[in-house]
Amino acid sequence: MSKIIPSVAKLLAGNTVTKVGAPVATTSSAKYSTKSEASFEIKPYKLHKLEKGPATTATLTSEDALKLYEQLAILRRIETASGNLYREKIIRGFCHLYSGQEAVAVGMRAAMRDVDTVITAYRCHGWTYLMGASVLGVLSELTGRRTGVSRGKGGSMHLYAKNFYGGNGIVGAQVPLGAGIGFAHKYKGDGGVNFALYGDGAANQGQLYEAYNMAKLWDLPCVFVCENNGYGMGTSMERSSASTDYYSRGDYIPGIWVDGMDVLATREATKFCIDWCTSGKGPLVMEMETYRYSGHSMSDPGTSYRTRDEIQEVRQTRDPITSYKDKILSNELATPDQLKEIDAKVRQEVDDATKQAKVEPEIGVEELAGDIYVDCVDPVIRGVIPSAPLQHISVAQRN
Amino acid sequence: MASLVTKKSVLLARLVKNVGDCTKRLSSHFIYYPDNEKPVEGETTKMNMMQAINNAMDLTLKNDPTAVLFGEDVAFGGVFRCALGLQEKYGKDRVFNTPLCEQGIAGFGIGLATAGATAIAEIQFADYIFPAFDQIINEAAKVRYRSGGQFDCGALTIRTPCSAVGHGGLYHSQSPEAFFAHVPGLRVVVPRGPITAKGLLLSCIREKDPCVFLEPKILYRSAAEEVPVEDYTIPLGKAQVLREGDAATLIGWGTQVHVLLEVAQIAEEKLGVKCDVIDLQSILPWDEDTVCNSVKKTGRCLIAHEAPLTSGFGAELAATIQEECFLHLEAPISRVTGWDAPFPHVFEPFYLPDKWRCYQSLTEMLNY
Repeated sequence: MSKIIPSVAKLLAGNTVTKVGAPVATTSSAKYSTKSEASFEIKPYKLHKLEKGPATTATLTSEDALKLYEQLAILRRIETASGNLYREKIIRGFCHLYSGQEAVAVGMRAAMRDVDTVITAYRCHGWTYLMGASVLGVLSELTGRRTGVSRGKGGSMHLYAKNFYGGNGIVGAQVPLGAGIGFAHKYKGDGGVNFALYGDGAANQGQLYEAYNMAKLWDLPCVFVCENNGYGMGTSMERSSASTDYYSRGDYIPGIWVDGMDVLATREATKFCIDWCTSGKGPLVMEMETYRYSGHSMSDPGTSYRTRDEIQEVRQTRDPITSYKDKILSNELATPDQLKEIDAKVRQEVDDATKQAKVEPEIGVEELAGDIYVDCVDPVIRGVIPSAPLQHISVAQRN
Repeated sequence: MASLVTKKSVLLARLVKNVGDCTKRLSSHFIYYPDNEKPVEGETTKMNMMQAINNAMDLTLKNDPTAVLFGEDVAFGGVFRCALGLQEKYGKDRVFNTPLCEQGIAGFGIGLATAGATAIAEIQFADYIFPAFDQIINEAAKVRYRSGGQFDCGALTIRTPCSAVGHGGLYHSQSPEAFFAHVPGLRVVVPRGPITAKGLLLSCIREKDPCVFLEPKILYRSAAEEVPVEDYTIPLGKAQVLREGDAATLIGWGTQVHVLLEVAQIAEEKLGVKCDVIDLQSILPWDEDTVCNSVKKTGRCLIAHEAPLTSGFGAELAATIQEECFLHLEAPISRVTGWDAPFPHVFEPFYLPDKWRCYQSLTEMLNY
């Protein structure tokens, strides 16, 4: 009995078991985790114009440990499936994979509340899933099918979900939008915080600095999150950026550097950001140092501007999933069997969705002229056949 | 000889396969018509459009010590490899990467060109040029005018890949020529293949006004021709008549030229009529004489472009043609273009003004 998580043991002892917190703890076999929680030291943050940073120790419950593991695993699996579908030419267009960067999104999501919002660039498959879309919704969008989150009309870079303002295709263009969304949170007084993500490459776009200024001028609840994966497309950050301390590039906006390969660090840092923004102190810049294993997009093998050894070394020493797995196993928050079970479940779920995403129907050609305007003054859309214009139609529900 | 035969049969097999592939969805929507006429005599070598552009820039860097080439990832050649090998050849101070900042790239190029260097800036995709729009429209195009002719950035050429590629979706497929055609002070040029790409690019680089050089990206690898190895230019502001006839004038630029060449061929085979096919090449300024002389001869005109219909450059052509050729016209001028919709991801084959749509329009025009 001692091997059962204490809180669950308590529940099991009572007569009215209404809810079992961790489904993993329903038997007492050694197969399951033995500790209810553990504490972890976090690699020190670097701070810019901040006296105090996020918590440097993080407490993790066994329940959360498994949840985070599952999310990390499913994000990786979605990207593996996407890569394969692309190579099979079932996904067409442009496709950017998130493998290696999972701890950023998963940790941030774990700290976010329902009211918070996210906007990111084109490396958006994982975020869409974390914000509530199904695996099928993501993969079907990539294959251009009706069940895709954007009905197949957006493709890989344009995924959306509730409170997720999208994958955006133009480098850096989403960041000023993030400031706008932050203003909406403030104006509505809903207590929400917006997280606007961009890469180290986009950090050199002029519009970021326009957004920084507005956000600080009006003290908007907006966190500018630089996912620094070391390379803006094929150019390393040292060769593109006069200052690679991205957390300090907001100048008058305080900033935090975070180890983006540690899901607990990203979670704790995000908690800190939410506290900061919701107490009316204005925006923050958060740099997440991470790594992408794939090339910039599918047409980039990713090896012409860095060595295979470099990628291999990150995989072996800093992989966000492997290192997290070691952590929770050695602290007995989970057992190898439990993780295997999750791996199998994740594989099944993504494999099923992959299969499904190949056979789902596409939308009809009438939607070529759908949702261009809220209400088209001229009911037809002109084009290739002037004598036979398409009817403008509204597919999405209007508010 | 035997090897030659094998080579030919392989080519034929490839051609057959290519034609077969064209019937499949999401495959390229046109057949490439290589240029047979050489602009200059002399040695030629087989190049695709990427190599021809590379060759033009190579010649420029070799012969013009002030020439520099820059853009996102151009150090290793750029995403389409047009600058392949040029950094090794000419050094990091002449061929270099920029950060991802299109507005900065354009502004930097304008400054550089104004100060006397030959600046070749690459914007990775034409769809990404809009952050640089302000610099191009308000700075580059107006420097000469607003300084009373004291300053100019004529040595600036902005190269950027444009148009449909088969699966580019919203942000890797657009054809923005009409936006730039609305700006006095700029030159806008679109080549249709390797030979024209090399000659027109060299003209743009030497032209003393800022040029926007739009490269249909699908042609980079799919279009190959025997290209003269030596230096040559093709005049800006001049259209080329690629096929002659008297039934109708078909006008296009970039990839669309090849669609129209096929349409003209189909019309000849099926209807027994011959058409003029004109490659406009220069969008701004455009060759009014060649176009209007042709329309006066044929009395019918079809304009086709990938960009949307409304305010596409076809609108400008149609307006001028009706004014100049009004009494010669036998039918309304016909425009076959992309839809007035964002460039669609899954609907690309339905969006493009392909040969059947152009052919249908042509037959309606002939029977008007």
